Amino acid sequence: MKALLIDDEPLARALVKEYLEESYPQIQILQECGDGFEGVKAIAQHQPDLIFLDIQMPKINGFEMLELVDNRPAVIFTTAFDEYAIRAFEAHAVDYLLKPFSQERFNKAVDKWLAQKDLTDTKKHTEALLASTATNPERQDRIVVKIGNKIKIIPEQDILYVEADGDYVMIYTPEGRYLKNKTMQYFETTLDAKKFLRVHRSSIIQLAQIVRLEPYEKDSHIAILKSGAQIPVSRSGYAKLRQVLGI
Amino acid sequence: MAGSQFLTGKFRYIFWGGWLLFGACQTALLYWFGFNWQIAIQDSFSSNILLAIACWLISNNLYYYRPKHSSRYLYIALSCIILAVLWLALIHYLLPMLPDIGPDYVLFLFKSLPIRLFTGFLLISWLAMISLLWYSQQDQIENDKRQADIEKLAREAELFKLRQQLQPHFLFNSLNSINALIGSQPKDARKMIQQLSDFLRSTLKKEDHQWVTLAEEIQHLALYLDIEKMRFGHRLETNITFDEETATKKLPPMLLQPLVENAIKFGLYDTTDDVTISITASTVDNMLSVSVQNPFDPQTTPPRKGTGFGLNGVRRRLDLLFGRQDLLLTQSPSDHIFNTTIKIPQA
Repeated sequence: MKALLIDDEPLARALVKEYLEESYPQIQILQECGDGFEGVKAIAQHQPDLIFLDIQMPKINGFEMLELVDNRPAVIFTTAFDEYAIRAFEAHAVDYLLKPFSQERFNKAVDKWLAQKDLTDTKKHTEALLASTATNPERQDRIVVKIGNKIKIIPEQDILYVEADGDYVMIYTPEGRYLKNKTMQYFETTLDAKKFLRVHRSSIIQLAQIVRLEPYEKDSHIAILKSGAQIPVSRSGYAKLRQVLGI
Repeated sequence: MAGSQFLTGKFRYIFWGGWLLFGACQTALLYWFGFNWQIAIQDSFSSNILLAIACWLISNNLYYYRPKHSSRYLYIALSCIILAVLWLALIHYLLPMLPDIGPDYVLFLFKSLPIRLFTGFLLISWLAMISLLWYSQQDQIENDKRQADIEKLAREAELFKLRQQLQPHFLFNSLNSINALIGSQPKDARKMIQQLSDFLRSTLKKEDHQWVTLAEEIQHLALYLDIEKMRFGHRLETNITFDEETATKKLPPMLLQPLVENAIKFGLYDTTDDVTISITASTVDNMLSVSVQNPFDPQTTPPRKGTGFGLNGVRRRLDLLFGRQDLLLTQSPSDHIFNTTIKIPQA
């Protein structure tokens, strides 16, 4: 069994390592990572069965990191922040260890994982559950995307519009476009509802980017953005727009 | 409710003294009209004592009941009229019963009823008005005092809350680090427990109203930084500079800590490279000036976000303490350096 430690504090990693060696010599630690970027890379490289993940980390936090991971391993959160517990369980983490934790508490978490692992293929299980909860994300003021093996953080205000693209969503920014493996509904709830509006089944636009609205065919419109992009607006989208813009 | 009743309070003597004077004037007036002293005194004193009682009644009533809406003032005017009429009826009935009076006086009494009603009403309503003014002023004073108390309490609560900025996460993370050290480096664990205890003790000991010297405050912050060094030892470098004269300058306690916490948050927690956090203090124009400088990751932290809640708290506190909003300055001299300067006017 393979595990990864992702925590920005060396001593915190040392402790998990010590606890693991003490009780679970069969679990092998493949790598220790100091931030989420490293974590994403290491997970892609090693395909671990289990990760111990801190939440507050440099660059991107634990939740954002999980969003970027394709083949999700089982997760045990280790953090001093108890306010994330609910969110962690919504993300169907195996367990949530509050620092400082004892060897006994740690063992309980790992035993829980071992039991789950025997029952089902946890990897698939967790992934399915994460996908289901992805429709109910917390509001964030930035979106993280992966381009090849690079990670890009897009501040919310840089997002001109997003468009559904098959099973993915394409994010358009002044610098270029980025694909993210999420649903439109995810973006609808994540982005600030005061600044963004879903004007069509397949598009969400930043209101401040709209230059004008033009009629298009019968019953529908198109929004023309500052960048020149033309975004289809459905009939219900047009009604919402009129309400929001007060026209 | 007003603090004291108008006519039982310190105005009692003025009220009865004024009444005595008024009575004396009426006596003189009656004498002027040609009645003898006895009749003049009898009339004036019995009618005025009754009038004073009527005034006292309305003023006392207003102590317990004051109209909230202006439309209710009509009731007060009405009460004044009724009281005046009652009073008039009473003297019309009682005065003729006084000894040694002649038919001249009875006729005069009858003829003077309208003028008596008029002055009676005027006096009663005048006193009602004065009472109202007095009581609402008392209420105002009491409200102001209550408001000041509320503000004082709120301010204290706020200062208390600001101090709670001593993040519990820091404490729990430190305990976790100690937990890790116990197994492998027990000596370091012991040292860290000592540092953490010293830090917590000096945090708890601080009192809001007692200013401390810069040297003391820096010593306190050094404990905090040492603990962070223990946790991120390989990455954190600190650089503290100030001269001897500046060391003795004073500042409110716990004012610098949020600045340093902010520097640690953005400079250490949110970065992955080696970092240097600098604290520089100097004395400029009889003001203690302290700068805290930290690097930040422009990729994840836009510079404008560099002012976290910690700094808003400091700004608010400076405003409460000095009534000035220009004592906290933040700037970003380059795209990955953040600098916070705080100025503390010296007494």
